[in-house]
Amino acid sequence: MPSPGALGSAPLLTVADLQVHFRIGGGFLSRRPPATLKAVDGVSFELRPGETLGLVGESGCGKSTLGRAVLRLLPQSMGRVVWLGEDLAQISHEAMRQKRREMQIIFQDPLASLNPRMTVGEIIAEPMKTFQPNLPATQVKQRVQDMMRKVGLLPNQINRYPHEFSGGQCQRIGIARAMINNPKLIVCDEPVSALDVSIQAQIVNLLMDLQRETGMALIFISHNLSVVRHISHRIMVLYLGRVAELADRDQLYANPRHPYTQALISAVPIPDPDVERNRQRVVLKGDLPSPLKPPSGCTFRTRCPKATDLCARVVPPLEEIERGHRVACHHWKE
Amino acid sequence: MGIGSNGRSSVLEVTNLETTFATPEGEVKAVNNVGFAVGAGEAVGIVGESGSGKSQIFMSIMGLLASNGRARGSVKFHGREILGLAASQLNDIRGARMSMIFQDPMTSLNPYLKVSRQLTEVLVTHKGMSEAEARKAAIGMLDRVQIPEAAQRFDMYPHEFSGGMRQRVMIAMALLCQPELLIADEPTTALDVTVQAQILELINGLRRDFNMALVLITHDMGVIAGMCDRVLVMYGGRVVEAAPVSPLFHDPQHPYTAGLLRSMPRLDETSHGRLTTIAGQPPNLQRLPSGCAFRDRCDRRFEPCATELPPLRSIAPERSKACHLPAL
Amino acid sequence: MAEISIQDLPRAPIEEVAGRSLWADARHRFLRNKAALASLFILAVIVILCFGAPYYGLRPQDDVNYDMMPAAPPDFAGGYIFGSDDNGRDLFVRTLYGGQVSMTVGLVATLVSLVIGVVWGAAAGFIGGRVDGAKMRIVDILYSIPFIFFVILLTVVFGRDIVLIYFAIGAVSWLDMARIVRGQTLSLKRREFIEAAHSSGVSSWNIIRRHIIPNCLGPVVVYVTLTIPTVILTESFLSFLGMGVQEPASSWGTLISEGAVKIETAPWMLLPGILLAVTLLCLNFVGDGMRDALDPKDR
Repeated sequence: MPSPGALGSAPLLTVADLQVHFRIGGGFLSRRPPATLKAVDGVSFELRPGETLGLVGESGCGKSTLGRAVLRLLPQSMGRVVWLGEDLAQISHEAMRQKRREMQIIFQDPLASLNPRMTVGEIIAEPMKTFQPNLPATQVKQRVQDMMRKVGLLPNQINRYPHEFSGGQCQRIGIARAMINNPKLIVCDEPVSALDVSIQAQIVNLLMDLQRETGMALIFISHNLSVVRHISHRIMVLYLGRVAELADRDQLYANPRHPYTQALISAVPIPDPDVERNRQRVVLKGDLPSPLKPPSGCTFRTRCPKATDLCARVVPPLEEIERGHRVACHHWKE
Repeated sequence: MGIGSNGRSSVLEVTNLETTFATPEGEVKAVNNVGFAVGAGEAVGIVGESGSGKSQIFMSIMGLLASNGRARGSVKFHGREILGLAASQLNDIRGARMSMIFQDPMTSLNPYLKVSRQLTEVLVTHKGMSEAEARKAAIGMLDRVQIPEAAQRFDMYPHEFSGGMRQRVMIAMALLCQPELLIADEPTTALDVTVQAQILELINGLRRDFNMALVLITHDMGVIAGMCDRVLVMYGGRVVEAAPVSPLFHDPQHPYTAGLLRSMPRLDETSHGRLTTIAGQPPNLQRLPSGCAFRDRCDRRFEPCATELPPLRSIAPERSKACHLPAL
Repeated sequence: MAEISIQDLPRAPIEEVAGRSLWADARHRFLRNKAALASLFILAVIVILCFGAPYYGLRPQDDVNYDMMPAAPPDFAGGYIFGSDDNGRDLFVRTLYGGQVSMTVGLVATLVSLVIGVVWGAAAGFIGGRVDGAKMRIVDILYSIPFIFFVILLTVVFGRDIVLIYFAIGAVSWLDMARIVRGQTLSLKRREFIEAAHSSGVSSWNIIRRHIIPNCLGPVVVYVTLTIPTVILTESFLSFLGMGVQEPASSWGTLISEGAVKIETAPWMLLPGILLAVTLLCLNFVGDGMRDALDPKDR
């Protein structure tokens, strides 16, 4: 894959210390004391044009929340999100709405993300008509059908309803809708997890083709490391709302330094009986701690084979250990 | 006749199984003439996507079909015919000698009953134990499935356990009577990958300890590669290929199996070009094409594929495929 | 090039495939429901009968026939199908005109409650927070005012007037509708296609208009068909108590009121009551049929 942003381009998106805290309980008549769920707890990264950043992690890591917070879909977020030089946290509601032409999202459940009472044509056209309300109907239709062809749908299906399509086709509709305004960034929230295996490959190919054609950036959120490995340029591993490791794709898989990343990679089944049956697995002990009461210091220490006293006292900072490779672990050298 | 087992006596033998559902839009054949056998202590994997019928086979065997479903054919458990048995007779086998675990633990765990009650109930009913004996045995099993502080957690409700732990409780419940056959329907699909690794290792260990046969139903080829001795690939309600695990992965003989393996990104791959995909989408069981159900998506199709249904034929010892092509 | 289905992608414009919307599916399911269809047919007959009354060449409803006083039993030869009331008026004709009044009240008051309730409820549910709280507290307060008391108050202030009845009933029915719509809106707000619309930059007002309201309509439509009988019954009740329509106009309620008094000597005067009962029954069947059609899982 050609390296993106090779023309010395400035980052498209710079996120600095993003936090999303949800207040739980503690209402007027509630018996429970108020608690804070830190779904995202200080995440920083950059994204260049044409690049795909993979976000991986398991339940409670905050990857979906992070994706939405970047798009300013969550009011509870704090921290800086700089888009093309402008801090999105500082702009007005209406200005943000205008920015939505440039940043889009596709969802995990293909059918649920489409309004069941609108035709496919109306669904795909809506973002276009929102920002260009005076486009003549014939032009709208032309563009919608061009986009349908581009994502692999037959243009004559334009008057059908979402429930008449399969899961894979619904996801194509979602992609068409996200692309109709030529965005610079699409956040993909588990876009293939709900699809059959043979369809997943089609959608992954589609996204990669579209990226190559338009130069847009992708934030690809998934728990499926094999797919993430295939599509991403860089990968960020999250655990309980914090970054465990961030590296170029090949670096991460060849040389994972965070114990969680190592455990994750060793847990993924490989479709090859000879390889699979002879693997050395890193087995984690214990269960995921409750996000409401994360362990002190390094949140991963309760399950980590390398944990020491230091890990309980000091939160490990995210340090750059080689170019493009950052790890948050006190014992990454071992 | 069933696909060759490994020569040991069969725990389960399925012949010509056919399951149809009556829907307002007509009859749907979810399982179409499926046959196979599972030997003692063997692990058989059943792979397929939506509409393949892989789950419905075992819903039929376990007598768990929806009210509009009907199963025909023969299912023998240790030589005894169990298809069509009345629930009371089936209950002697279900849960005791043949158990099933599902993708969503909450469907087999009653959220209103404490875990203790649900576990002891199994033992009291099937093994005639007293409450005290059953309690002791159940806590022992919870320890076995690595639930920490089993004795304290024993009296909790299902929702007080995490997803991975609930799955372990379900496994414990299924194994309490030391069944000879465990059917696991997508047992780890809803779990995190690190938890999945733990659960699969647990199932493997218990299988060895109890010399239990395992049928693992999943769409994840990686899991199959790690857990199974033999594999059946299903498409459109039929078995399209059956083989021992290594030959299946290294030398698939059906275009669907080959296509599936080629289209999956692997964690240890080094190329990042386009994935080779299978065109089209999984079949609609209400409108299956004539001839081979896979023909519209197959890049190797030729004349007989549209008109003749390819029968499942043996191509080597323990290998069979349902395809008109001589070889891939 | 992105993956497409095996059939070649045609270059020339070809016939567009018509979609099968969820409403069409529901209509199809409704038409298969025999009870609902039969009820719809009977309702249509009653409506045509009542509203076409002026065109059948029947005698006017306030036409007094001294020969038919006091209340005389049905006399088919003389054309008094339901007999007559104490004032010698043709009961059948009165029933038909009464039906016009009752059904108009049902329709108009329901429409009023629909419009106010939907807008109020959708906005409250969508905006949420304090606005939602305030709006629903207003609903709660209005809910607690005893209905009869309210109507009596209105009658005292404005006098007896059919328009007053429409207003009074409408003013009360919209409260339930607002609650239902708000509940629907709240659950819809979490659905992904709303999030998708929001992330596409669609304004809040357009989200409510294009995404929320059309998806609420299912339960709303069902609720409407079940509100109409309630409204008719309420009007009948008010008229029965003497607060409804003025003489010589009638509604089913007034007719039943008159009939109830004479039940021992002139039992045929309760025939309008039977017509009312049939209408309400049919409306309920239609309502049930619509609910089953719109959400088959909810049986």
